[in-house]
Amino acid sequence: MNVQAMHIANGIVNGPVSAIFAVFAVAALAYCVRRGRADLDERLVPMAGLVAAFIFAVQMLNFQVLPGVSGHLLGGTLAVILVGPWVGALCVSTVLIVQCLLFADGGLTALGLNITNMALLGTAAGYLLVAGLLRVLPKNPGGLGASALIASIVSVVVASQGFVLEYALGGTTQLSLPAISGTMAGVHILIGIGEGLIAATTVATVARVRPDLVYALRRFRKPAVLPVEVAA
Amino acid sequence: MNNTLHLDRPSPVHRLAPEVKIAATVLFTIVVVATPRTEFVAFAGYALLLAVAAVLARVPAPWLLRRATIELPFVLLAVWLPFAGHGERIDWLGLSLSVDGLYGAWNIFAKGTLGVLASLLLAASTTSRDLILGLDRLHCPSVFTQIATFMLRYLDVLADDARRMRIARLSRGYDPRFLWQVKAFAVGIGSLFLRAYERGERVYLAMVSRGYTGRLPAPEQGRAPVAQWVASAVLPVASAGIALVTVLS
Repeated sequence: MNVQAMHIANGIVNGPVSAIFAVFAVAALAYCVRRGRADLDERLVPMAGLVAAFIFAVQMLNFQVLPGVSGHLLGGTLAVILVGPWVGALCVSTVLIVQCLLFADGGLTALGLNITNMALLGTAAGYLLVAGLLRVLPKNPGGLGASALIASIVSVVVASQGFVLEYALGGTTQLSLPAISGTMAGVHILIGIGEGLIAATTVATVARVRPDLVYALRRFRKPAVLPVEVAA
Repeated sequence: MNNTLHLDRPSPVHRLAPEVKIAATVLFTIVVVATPRTEFVAFAGYALLLAVAAVLARVPAPWLLRRATIELPFVLLAVWLPFAGHGERIDWLGLSLSVDGLYGAWNIFAKGTLGVLASLLLAASTTSRDLILGLDRLHCPSVFTQIATFMLRYLDVLADDARRMRIARLSRGYDPRFLWQVKAFAVGIGSLFLRAYERGERVYLAMVSRGYTGRLPAPEQGRAPVAQWVASAVLPVASAGIALVTVLS
């Protein structure tokens, strides 16, 4: 089976379903913009840009999982750990929009589908898991890395099942759904492990050197030195 | 930005304002996707429209075709569909093919290719900076344009830092071969991220201290003239016309 890159092209899923998901994506992103604006301070703007650039670069790595089947990293979990769920979803969707407009990767009319899968489903699953795991695991670089690894694997598989759902609703041909679902999940567990390792190394290093930059650790931070005001 | 698809040509399409090109591309793609898959004539008409646009934009055909291979994975899916589809089957050269699968394959191939070609023409005729400016003028929330601006800026920062770290490894006697380079890269990915962040943070603070408020100054303020909107509306209007004529006839 050759379903691979999760950037759905034009014409894979029919018009009405694409339109419904486009409306859903716009509404959800509008909410993220509202919530994210409060998060976006002096420190988070460059971080959001860098996270987006990092995800962009990482999505170019295509894994050859089986002959004819490959897939790429998504980066949603990395984003939510470093910039939080709202800005994280915005980062991933910015990457998808720019890829679509500048690199013709992913169909314009499938943008709603792609954003729903990768920017909304993937990051939501990643964030919920990280937030949950950090309650149990130690709040240090090691614990953060472990939760990044687990959350990445789950969030990538969840995002891939988003495609299965969309295909079930508006696929332009009839295929057996359990087969698609199984193949997508199997391939994406492997991708998720690759993604999880990259995310875990990255966030563990950042947490060790600059813990102030890790959004997921904010809640556990002790009131420390006075924040440095930057004249805007 | 040298890593994008922009092709620097003096052409009427390049001179159009970015926002009118984005609008035209989006509308054209919507018309293509909404066309029923059995209207073969309509798809030929769309291809012709794109060919005219490519000639006007002075984008050479080999360049377009080479870049269009990005949709190859989906073409592979399309090849597989006639064998796996359900329903009525026909025999062709001793192969049993599903009719629904064949139509599905054609649908993916035609709509995917036309969409990719339209996006490629947009990317070829617009710089990344102009695209962000166009999105801004189309009232895209500034959070997006801000993240996108920094993303494109930091891509180069990341690439440069990755190169510096590789040179540093080489100059310390590291001798990478083929795949084993991956290990050193993977171990260093966290520090690459941090280095790039600290460099990017300095760039950002320098911008803020020079008056950056979330929006880059545009060279020529003012909206696109009506003539440009009319000129670029030719593409979506003509495609909608083709769609209507073929569906009704």
